[in-house]
Amino acid sequence: MTKVKVGIIGTGNIGSDLLYKVNRSEILECGIFTGRNKDSEGISRAKDLGVPTSFDSIKFITDNPNCCEIVFDTTSAAYHAEHAVILKNLKKFTIDLTPSRIGLMCVPAINLDQALEAANVNLVTCGGQTLIPIAKAIMDVHPETKYIEVVGSIASKSAGSGTRANLEEYIQTTTDALKKFSGVPEAKAILILNPVEPPILMHNTLYALIPEPNIEALTKKINEVAAAIQQYVPGYRLAIGPIAENGKVTITIEVIGRGDFLPAYAGNLDIITCAAIRVAEEYAKKKIANK
Amino acid sequence: MKDLMVFDSTLRDGQHAISHQLTVDQVEKYCRAIDKGGEYVVIVGHGNGIGASSLQVGISATPDLELLATARKQLKQAKLGIFLLPGFGTIKNDLAPAIELGVDLVCVASHCTEADVTQQYISYVAKAGKEVYGVLMMYHMTTKERLLEEAKKMVSYGAQGIIIMDSAGASTPALVKETISYLVENLAVPVGFHAHNNLGMAVAHTWMALEVGASIIDGTLRGFGPGAGNCPIEVLLALLKKMGYQIPVNLNILMDVSDQIVAGFIKKPLEIDSITIASGLAGVFSVFTLPVKRAAERFKVDPRDIFMELGKRRVVGGQEDIVVEVAMELAKFKKES
Repeated sequence: MTKVKVGIIGTGNIGSDLLYKVNRSEILECGIFTGRNKDSEGISRAKDLGVPTSFDSIKFITDNPNCCEIVFDTTSAAYHAEHAVILKNLKKFTIDLTPSRIGLMCVPAINLDQALEAANVNLVTCGGQTLIPIAKAIMDVHPETKYIEVVGSIASKSAGSGTRANLEEYIQTTTDALKKFSGVPEAKAILILNPVEPPILMHNTLYALIPEPNIEALTKKINEVAAAIQQYVPGYRLAIGPIAENGKVTITIEVIGRGDFLPAYAGNLDIITCAAIRVAEEYAKKKIANK
Repeated sequence: MKDLMVFDSTLRDGQHAISHQLTVDQVEKYCRAIDKGGEYVVIVGHGNGIGASSLQVGISATPDLELLATARKQLKQAKLGIFLLPGFGTIKNDLAPAIELGVDLVCVASHCTEADVTQQYISYVAKAGKEVYGVLMMYHMTTKERLLEEAKKMVSYGAQGIIIMDSAGASTPALVKETISYLVENLAVPVGFHAHNNLGMAVAHTWMALEVGASIIDGTLRGFGPGAGNCPIEVLLALLKKMGYQIPVNLNILMDVSDQIVAGFIKKPLEIDSITIASGLAGVFSVFTLPVKRAAERFKVDPRDIFMELGKRRVVGGQEDIVVEVAMELAKFKKES
């Protein structure tokens, strides 16, 4: 079967995890794994896997435009602002894994079809991918909900330098996407890094203010949504809830990573890289079908 | 002896003791009365810093920006400060409007090993031309060498001083002495200490930090704070005075404000009880005291067991959602056994 070539910019945690997933894909193959960091362990690992690599970051793609049709950008929000323009001119289908908010925001469980028509797709944040579908499920059952809050706790080891430099963007992007997709009028996002060894599993709590929650209806809807996400993120699971206390509904989601690049605790990598692969594979399928 | 600077966290850390319910009226009275007391800065806002009002850690009765506007009108001599914990507060919604409103000084905090998340925020404040300090919380959870590394990062981003927080009141005198002397020796900027009283040592540990070269005292009047409370500034300063230190404050003003105003903020007397001891022993964030008590009642388990389990899991500030989970698990375990 013909494969569609992808480029990965950024050789840190997210880029490396994506590479493992691309290598496993039946319809994607890595045309270039490229970054700027000369000391990158990611590059040496990629070389060992026999993947073409470069230290010229996006310039490699500009110089060799045929190396890929789809580009994953895993750098940082600030870099993606520069990269987006270049990739647009090169007409590359771009999947942005930084919280830049430049492209169309996409949560595959909600708007995959729409994303396939866009030139640049933004995958919000790991917390957004995890809890936005749940927030939307809550709003479907209780459209009167006024406030939703999402709290992500992740292992320090799973948060690379890009994530750490982008906390502000992470929170703004998660909050805005939460409101946009679910329709809740007010929202807040919180992110906590915990350095404990062994590392903590990615842990996400959602609170919603619902005066008279219908727990039965919520449970049914949330389980449906969780099952839909499990289709592309196998380690996604409802750990607690929904439980109600004084008009506050709490739901906890854990994401167990596949252990591709980082061990299972780093579900925050999987949730966003699985979403990226999902979008890329669907795009590739369409591309192959149209050839 | 270096000049001492008093960082007054009464209207910030004290908020934890009353679930962030301080009012405009209380802040106004406090700031008016304390202004001439000689403190370097009065820090105002939610207990977890500006922008932290949330279901996770508690909803503020009054928005931070309203409290800050009130304090700004009253503070003429003391600086107006805020505390910001990246991951909770943001530049856009909290820091930028606070600076716009006239805040003079910002303490940007992170867990003791995570200083790189403060870069965006410290540089923002430094660029805005305001004073900025780096805060490393829960310092007992790492080594002095790592603390120095993290502190140096904060200084490289623009921090003018470093405050070490014993957020769990888990220090021993030897740990304070060893850590603070090491940091003072190796950092070119002032070092401060923020104590909690879980094991009855808040005044003693702050004094110890000063003895080995710290110059910033971060505490609260009357010790108003979470759990067993903080270092009561007026008690420490009275001790220092007796010991012959040059103290920068008017002790009478501080004692009056403590008796006449802060006493009125306190709803339940601050005391060291078995729960706050458990928090100190387990090395768990003192701020978890109220959430732990609530969860213990709700799930009918011993609050001390919750603290010990949280200690085993090495939770950090902000992870209040884990408190309920641990209580649920302990309850389930109790039922099964």
